[in-house]
Amino acid sequence: MSAASFPSGEAVRGSPPVVDFSSASSCFDIENLSLAYDDKPALSDLTLKVPRHRVTAFIGPSGCGKSTLLRALNRLHDLNDQVTRTGRIRLEGQDIHAREVDVAELRRRVGMVFQAPNPFPMSIYENVAYGLRLQGIRRKRELDEIIEWALLSAALWDEVKTNLHASAWTLSGGQQQRLVIARTLAVRPDVLLLDEPASALDPISTLKIEELIRGLKSQLTLVLVTHNMQQAARVSDYTAFLHGGELVEYAPTDTLFTNPRLRRTEDYITGRVG
Amino acid sequence: MRWRLGRDSLWRWLSGACVALSLLAVVALLALIAVRGLAHFWPADIERLTLENGQQVAGIPRGGEAETRRYFTANRDLDGQVWRWIAVDSIVERETPASLVYVQRRDWGPFIGRLAAVTTPAGERLRGDAAESRLHQALAGDAELATLSLHNVEGRDVTLPFAQVQSLAWPNRMHVGDKLLAWVDGVWRFLSEAPGDGRVEGGVWPAIFGTLLMVILMSLVVTPFGVLAALYLNEVARQGPVTRLVRIAVRNLAGVPSIVYGVFGLGVFVYGLGGQIDRWFYAEALPSPTFGTGGLLWASLTLALLTLPVVIVATEEGLARVPGTLREGSLALGATRFETLKRVVVPMALPSMLTGVILAVARAAGEVAPLMLVGVAKLAPEIPLDGEFPFLHLESKFMHLGYHVFDLGFASRDAEAAMPLVFATATLLVAVIVVLNLTAILLRHHLRARHRALERS
Repeated sequence: MSAASFPSGEAVRGSPPVVDFSSASSCFDIENLSLAYDDKPALSDLTLKVPRHRVTAFIGPSGCGKSTLLRALNRLHDLNDQVTRTGRIRLEGQDIHAREVDVAELRRRVGMVFQAPNPFPMSIYENVAYGLRLQGIRRKRELDEIIEWALLSAALWDEVKTNLHASAWTLSGGQQQRLVIARTLAVRPDVLLLDEPASALDPISTLKIEELIRGLKSQLTLVLVTHNMQQAARVSDYTAFLHGGELVEYAPTDTLFTNPRLRRTEDYITGRVG
Repeated sequence: MRWRLGRDSLWRWLSGACVALSLLAVVALLALIAVRGLAHFWPADIERLTLENGQQVAGIPRGGEAETRRYFTANRDLDGQVWRWIAVDSIVERETPASLVYVQRRDWGPFIGRLAAVTTPAGERLRGDAAESRLHQALAGDAELATLSLHNVEGRDVTLPFAQVQSLAWPNRMHVGDKLLAWVDGVWRFLSEAPGDGRVEGGVWPAIFGTLLMVILMSLVVTPFGVLAALYLNEVARQGPVTRLVRIAVRNLAGVPSIVYGVFGLGVFVYGLGGQIDRWFYAEALPSPTFGTGGLLWASLTLALLTLPVVIVATEEGLARVPGTLREGSLALGATRFETLKRVVVPMALPSMLTGVILAVARAAGEVAPLMLVGVAKLAPEIPLDGEFPFLHLESKFMHLGYHVFDLGFASRDAEAAMPLVFATATLLVAVIVVLNLTAILLRHHLRARHRALERS
């Protein structure tokens, strides 16, 4: 697909869409973010705000940069020497790339759940305790309390409370993913990034994860990357459509799915291109 | 379809046959050295032969051919040889008289003949049953004896100081149970005693100890170095042409002939480092070197260098197998890179690291060539560990089972008599390597179990 067939899309470049969060202030403030892998641009000049205590979904075809954007939010790209970045990301007003920012602390505040469940080769209990032990929490009672709360929040407690000390690898894929969410919640993050969290799961597990996401937004801000349009429509409050590393359209989910401003967005969400 | 099936089963048979052949080769090798080595300690019956020309010979049959038999006749001091080839046709009579005695002496090797008399320190001379009972008491440590008078089968006399007697037996009087006890005793002496001057007499305890000590010291050096180097290469260093070059170099290092490491160890450790240490700390002892000559420490360091690539490669493979998603998962929970390494990556790679150490131990325990340059000794009956400060003498020369095999087989006065010991020592070397490997494997198992237990606590 070439941009030339979508004249309306061209008009967006340089004038990023502005979303009015009437009822919420912004959590992430992304300004003119560009990112390149090995001089190959992955994101170009992105500007958007992520509202606090809402679910924001990034959608778009494979390779559009939605996962790259998500990983930029907790500086996971720092590990890769080949990534270069310009632009600024602010979390609650604080530039996350500022010299005084402790990356480990930033990642604790901005938790992340990955596409494939990645529990550590430890017991269920120790998986949830992992981040807590890093925080220096040693007392058994305190650990027990937080772990129970985290597993309850991730809707996993009832399924695992009798065998907390079994290996996490004995759980099903859906349970593992909820365990990873519990592990992340246990360190009390302000933001939860979810990178296609249900793409490797069966429909019932997916449903549980989606319920969980909707339930969690009272506690924290969620950012969801998904290639499943129905999922974005079901769980998110705001949706950003990315294409070729650019932000094409960003609007409240209802608006974007029922009344997209641009042809490109409409074509993608109705499945004509992708 | 039939054709394809036929080919399929052909491949299966062929590959199966290769496995079977390899197994057979290994089993045959081990069985051969074990049987020939261990048979040496079995107190075989001594035969007395009367030949056509009236001559009498006493010896233990040890193989030979259909027409000529080979007898181990001992008594090097009398005959100047210990083996006789005797034509079967020339034997008139063959018997196994109960009076024949087999004496293992500290010098001159074994003696075969009859006990004539014993002399006490007081000068009293005992014969017959009295002599035998006194001798038994003396061997048990309950009495003292000065000398033994022995006759060989032709009646020539030998007077043997009692201190020269290592062991003594009348194999023709022994039942199978007695022989088994004697065999166990022989094996035990071989394992627990120091060798005599000719190296054919006595045991190999210093060589066992030297081999084990050197391998343990080597492991203590190579493990931290190799693991840290692999961690740096895999986790810290920026991946690029330089790390790739270093990796290639490390892998090629594993292919350098071991004698070259020996030369390197001699030049750098013994002459360079050792010489400098002598000038600084042992100047009063010069020109006789303390550390400036081959020794336990330099041998261990040389072998550590030799096995470094093995540990690095195995550790790196283990680290590379840890999924990137687990590292990211840990980082995303607020762990630093070091915490991620310590809590997730290294525990998961630990079994691979130990595999590297196991491979290194197996390689180092069997390596002989470099040791000849950096500190192995033909004969060092004292083990380098004693009650004298600093208890472990890193500068002392040591014995090594692998080198002992070489020395017995090619450099001893009596290669023929040493042959059974070559097999026995080789068996022992294999056994020591197996024990070392089993220890490392058990340790790996234990660490895995402990890791799991930690997860549960």
